[in-house]
Parts: sequence; C-alpha cells; structure tokens
Amino acid sequence: MSQDTAMAQGGFWRDTGRSGIGSWIFSTDHKRIGMMYLYCVLSFFLVGVVLGFLIRLELIAPGPTIVTAQTYNALFTVHGVVMIFLFIIPGIPASFGNLVLPIQLGARDVAFPRVNLLSWWLYAIGAVIVLVSLFTGGGAPDTGWTFYVPFSARTSTNVSLAVFGVFVLGFSSILTGINFITTIHRMRAPGMTWTRLPLFTWSLYATAWVQVLATPIIAITLLLVVTERILGLGLFDPNRGGDPVMYQHMFWIYSHPAVYIMILPGMGVISDIIPVFSRKPIFGYKMIAFSSLAIAAAGSAVWGHHMYTSGMSDLGVLVFSFLTFIVAIPSAIKVFNWVSTMYKGSISLEAPMLFALSFILLFSIGGLSGLILGAAATDIHVHDTHFVVGHFHYVMFGGTGFAFFAAAHYWLPKYYGRRYKEKPAIFGWILMFVGFNVMYFTMQVLGMEGMPRRYYDYLPEFARLNFVATVGSWILVAGIVIVVWNLWRGLFRGEPFTGNPWGGATLEWSIATPPPTENFDEDPVVTHGPYEFKGAGIP
Amino acid sequence: MENQLITSTQQAVDPVFTFLFGACLVLLLGITATMVYFVVRYRRSKNPEPTSQVSGSPLLEVVWTVLPTILVMGMFYYGWTSYLSLRTVPKNAMQVKAEARMWSWNFVYDNGKQSGKLYVPVGRAVQVNLESKDVVHGFYVPAFKIKRDVVPGMKNHVWFVATSPGTYDLFCSQYCGTGHSAMITTVEALPPAQFAAWLQQTAAGGAAQGQALLEKYGCLGCHSLDGTRKVGPTFKGLYGSKVKVEREKKEETVTADDAYLRESILNPAAAIVDDYPAVMPPSTMPEADLKAVIEYLKGLK
Repeated sequence: MSQDTAMAQGGFWRDTGRSGIGSWIFSTDHKRIGMMYLYCVLSFFLVGVVLGFLIRLELIAPGPTIVTAQTYNALFTVHGVVMIFLFIIPGIPASFGNLVLPIQLGARDVAFPRVNLLSWWLYAIGAVIVLVSLFTGGGAPDTGWTFYVPFSARTSTNVSLAVFGVFVLGFSSILTGINFITTIHRMRAPGMTWTRLPLFTWSLYATAWVQVLATPIIAITLLLVVTERILGLGLFDPNRGGDPVMYQHMFWIYSHPAVYIMILPGMGVISDIIPVFSRKPIFGYKMIAFSSLAIAAAGSAVWGHHMYTSGMSDLGVLVFSFLTFIVAIPSAIKVFNWVSTMYKGSISLEAPMLFALSFILLFSIGGLSGLILGAAATDIHVHDTHFVVGHFHYVMFGGTGFAFFAAAHYWLPKYYGRRYKEKPAIFGWILMFVGFNVMYFTMQVLGMEGMPRRYYDYLPEFARLNFVATVGSWILVAGIVIVVWNLWRGLFRGEPFTGNPWGGATLEWSIATPPPTENFDEDPVVTHGPYEFKGAGIP
Repeated sequence: MENQLITSTQQAVDPVFTFLFGACLVLLLGITATMVYFVVRYRRSKNPEPTSQVSGSPLLEVVWTVLPTILVMGMFYYGWTSYLSLRTVPKNAMQVKAEARMWSWNFVYDNGKQSGKLYVPVGRAVQVNLESKDVVHGFYVPAFKIKRDVVPGMKNHVWFVATSPGTYDLFCSQYCGTGHSAMITTVEALPPAQFAAWLQQTAAGGAAQGQALLEKYGCLGCHSLDGTRKVGPTFKGLYGSKVKVEREKKEETVTADDAYLRESILNPAAAIVDDYPAVMPPSTMPEADLKAVIEYLKGLK
C-alpha cells in the first residue's frame, strides 16, 4: 500500500514507533493486523477467482479445451484449497473481525495482541507452505480439497506438503478463536452488557467457539494422512485393515462445522448493516444472537450428511438427516428477522445495503437447495453432482462472499478515511448478482440432469447448459473486477469520508476517522443498545 | 406379470423432489416478494423517517419457529421413507457384481460372463454388488436416481429396475483421479428374452477374446482402440511404432515390441510416454492373459 496515501490519512495509519514494513508485520495493533489479513485474503480471493474462471473456461465445451485432465484436477483442487483455507475461513473473522470487534466492544485492542500477531504469522507461513506445494515435488495436488483416501494416500502429487500447510493454517484459526472469545468475555466496556453486543460481534463469538473446538480435529486428521503417506501406517488403507470411510468421518467432523465458521460472520455483517440502512432496530435481536449459537451447536453434529452414499449405516443416514433439518430452523429465523427489520423503516439502497439484501436472497436459495440435499432420498440423486457445486457456492459465495463485499463497502471507508464512488459500486454489484445467478443456478440444473462434479469432460447432452454457466462466469468476473477496482481507487484516492454518514449506532461510528491507534481517547461508557438510533446522538 | 408390481427407484424419489422443490419455491417467492415490497414501499425518498421502531414480536418469533419446524420435519420424514425404498432390495433381484477400478467398470454375472456395459433385463430388479479394486469410486445412474460409493474393502450395493428398454448413462460420481470423467459406461436395458440370449453368448476366441480381456482388466477406460486420444495413448497402430518415453528422467525413443508392451503393462511407471500423465496402476494380469493381450495388440493396425 502506498505510504504517502497512508500517511495522509492519520489515525492508526500514522501513529507508530516503527516505520516501513516492520511497522506492519511486527505490529500488535488489531487494526494493522486486520489490514494485513484483509490484503492477504483479498489477494487469495482474486487468485481463487482466476482459478475458478479457468475451470469454467475448460468446461465451456465437451472434450479438452484449454488444459489437460491432470491440470484441470489440480485447478479445482487448488481453487478449493485457496478459497476455503486461505480466503473464506479467515476472510471475515480475521480481517473485519480484527478491524471491528475490539472497537465494537469499547476495547483498545484484543485480549492477547501478541498472540494475534502470532496468528497472522502462522497464517502467512501456512499460506506460503501451501503455495510452495503447488510448484514443488510431484506438482500441485490433484485430490480435491477433501483429500479423500485412499486416493490421496496414493497420488504422486505434492499432497503431504499442501496438507501440512493447511495444518499450520489451522493453528492460526484456533488462536484467533481463543483471542476473540477471551476479548468478548473480558474486554467489554462498562455498560456493554451481553444484550448490547452488536450482532456482528455475537456472530464472531459463536464462530470462535467452533474454531477452537472443531479445528483440532482436522489438524489430527491431516496429520494422519501425512503419516499414512510417509510411514505407510495403514489407518485408512483397507489392504492393511484401515477404513477409508473413517477418514471421511474425521474430515467432515471439522469441515462441516467449518462451513459455519465461514457463514456465521457473514450473517453477523448483514445483521449490522440492515438496521443502519433501514434506520430501525434489528427485529428480534435475541433470536438472531441465540440462533447463531444454535447454528454453531447443532451444526457441529451434522457432518454425516456429506456421506449418505458412502456406505455409512442407514441409521446414520436417519440421524444425520434429522439433525440437518434441525439446523435449517435457526437459519430460517434469521432470514425472517432480517426481512422484518425493514418493515416501516426508511430504506436507503446504497452499496452496503445492496450487497446485504442480495445476501439474503442468495443465501435463501443456497439454504433451500440445502433442504434437497438434506433429505435422504433426494440427496442420493444430486450428491456429488453440479447441484452440490451450485448449492455451496450460493451459500459460500452468494452468502459469505457477498457479505465480505458488504462489509468492505460498509466499514473500509471508516478505516481509510476515504470512500469509493457509489455508481461504479452499484454497477459492479448488478453484474456480480446477474452473473452469479446465471452461473450457479445453471449448475444446479446441470446437477439435476445428472452431471457429476469434478468432471473434466462431459457428454454432449450437458453442453448447452455448461456454455451458459461459463458465460455467467464472465459476467460475474467483470462485476468483481469493477467492484474491487472501485474500492481500491476510492479508498486511496477517493473523496474524504468523515463522521457517521449512515447513522450507525455501534461504537466504531462514535470515534475519529480513521480510528486512532488507541481507538478511544477515554474509556467509553455504553448507555444504549447497538441498534437504538433514536437518542444515540446521531445527526 | 409380477414385475409390474415393483416400484422403480425413480418412482420412489420423484414425488419427494416435487414436494421439496414446490415448498422451497413457495418460501423463496414469499421471502423475495416481501423484501421487494418493503424496499419499494419504505424507500427513503418516500419514507424519509422510519414510521415504527418496533424491535420484535414474541408471537411472530413463535410462529416462524414452529411453522418451519413442522415443514422441515415433514420434509425429513418424506425423504427418509423414500430413501428406505432405495435401500430395500426386492426379493429375487438379479445379482450382478460391479468391479470399479481407475478408470473403468467391469460387470460380472452369476454365470461368469463379464462385460464393460451393464446389460440388464427390463422389468426385473437388479442388485449391483459394488467392489473397488483401488480407490473410492461412485456408481451413479441419473435416470434411476441411484448412487452409491464403491469403497475398497467394503460391501456396498445398490438396486434398480429398468422399466423400459434403452440405454442409460452410468457415471463414476466419486472423484478418483485423472480419468474420473472418462469412467463412464452405460446400462443397456434389454427385453427379457433378448437379455437371456445375450447372457448365454460366450466370447469367441481370437480378436473377440483379446478385446474382452482389455475390457475385463479395465484397459479401455484410458486407451482407445480407434486412435482417439484418452487418458493414455491409443492402442491402434501401437505395436511396432516408435514411442518417445522418459525413463529414469532421460528421454529416449523405443520401439513398441513385445518386451516394451510387457513392461508397460506390468510396470507402467518404468517408462512414461511423452505428453501423458504417469498415472497407470501396475497390472497383475496372469501370464496367459498377458500373452493373449499382446497378440491382440499386434493385430490392431
């Protein structure tokens, strides 16, 4: 980032004992760490977008198009690993969580600032290991991001190193979780009771528990895969008495709760934005806060719904299908409350609100298609097809991805003291929204027609819809380019952004722009809830 | 005919799809319509100040917790009961063994007959017993709405009944490496009499036997007989041709003779043909079959 621009902005951009790169990579300021995460996750997001774009381009027509089958398999594996472990999981919690959470609590920093810096370093080291694995050894992993055995134990590609990188990333996630939990318990300003916590912070609280409790399981599982490959232990290899399905259980015990690590913070962002742009208190505050905890708890016991066809017992299918439908209920409650918040409000359709509203719609489509996958009979047909690919992109990208951009348009002007232009933001949003639906809805139709996922080549009957989906990817990518470019340009060179133009009532809107290093001149005393706009001193 | 009494797998699943999609569509339209209405009705230009500061309603919360709970429990139950009919194989179902390997299918019938395509009689339930020779695969026939993973070391099965004659796609649904998307074949549903005749045919010797062996050992998943490029090089015109390979990291050109073919089958990693991935698993073909296969390849000009 340009030093000159940063210096001109003041606040936490300037106040520091160190200078140059050292003032960033050794800083324990939660805002600087949040910024470093932001730049990292956004870079990896763009890398993931390029890989996804290439996957769609290969699928534009049957037969080999631009790459070989081996390269294609590496493309979707690396797309998955980069997007999941390097973008979505740290995406909102580590970047916007670090930037916003301590200020929303009225704290000067997180509870353990040095551990916070260690988390970032572990993230950076893990990311470098994953990147190195792509270009060394037997080449980029070709196992899919799920690393299913026995295939992952046999392939000659560089799986061991990639898996070790993910292992390191896990520790970053665990430490951030511990830090946030402690911060929320111990660092709240006087008057910041649990029912005055902003819902974004509530969602990070629920997320942090999942990070702390679930991540160790994938760490163990991935370590077992490495020992299987290097020492030949035979834990998962049936020829030596191992069980491949046991691996799938262990993988999904983490990787399903991880889905909630990915989506809960996004839901928190939406819960903070909709009241502000409707000028109305959030509808059903306690239900939204509670439903985050309910999702985190129930979501930890539904992993088996990835395995209905695996040969798991029918009793297992019964239990996991039942629990999966239970998780649907708190998600539905959130959607109803968000929509009701707008009732009799004064709704302003600015960029953050447009991203937030499209989140509701896209997340609903993703959630409802999840019901098709949760029901045992219908899952059998659409499991492992493009229907699933469409479904999880609706939730992860239409949900978390759009929430990420909502958060960027909502909070980043506050942190930079400059703002983006509104019209290009809206134009970019329209392209993203249209392209997204053209691409992923078509994929769901393809899945219903029986096209399996992870297919390099396909039968001619799928050609027409694949072409449509690829065209959708072009529109989507064009939208992303415009949105990111507009943000970039605006935040460094745009109009000054001061005060509280949208009328937010949470604490981050009460301090100077950009926030000073110490956040608050004097310790704040909280006297009102996060969404009480009347009498909150808002102009 | 007693066969008419069997409910097919797709007949068990299709109504569940209809119900779920219908309910989802109603919910989605409801949410979208409400959102759009609120945005239009309460837009700031028309409603400059909020006309309510209501922050919740216990009654509404109860309503929209209880109603979705009832709905999703209905979905769960309907999905589960139909799933059970996918898992309950009708009595007297015909048994076929499916052997999956990277990257081909081989079907073995009770009388020992083997085939790369799954021939079945129309109107009779078929139980397919799934066996993997290497990694996890998936047996998927979209037309019958059935799928089951083929897990090494595990006994899995799946059943279906073809209600009318025809050809149905059969895919590998669980990712299994380079040739995953090439691991496809078909279900050929024949009228019962025609099927019985097919089942009794025995492979003749010579060329037909050679081709049957290639099918049995799964070679044709990656190597074509007609010159098409698949995961591996084609067999057409291979014998006697000059092949560029990489052996112990050194480039060399060899003639595809008996010794080369034998090595490539038993120890494929020793010499990798240029431009092709090093992915072929070693074969454990017995000596007699190996000879027959090489003889057959000689004739493929």
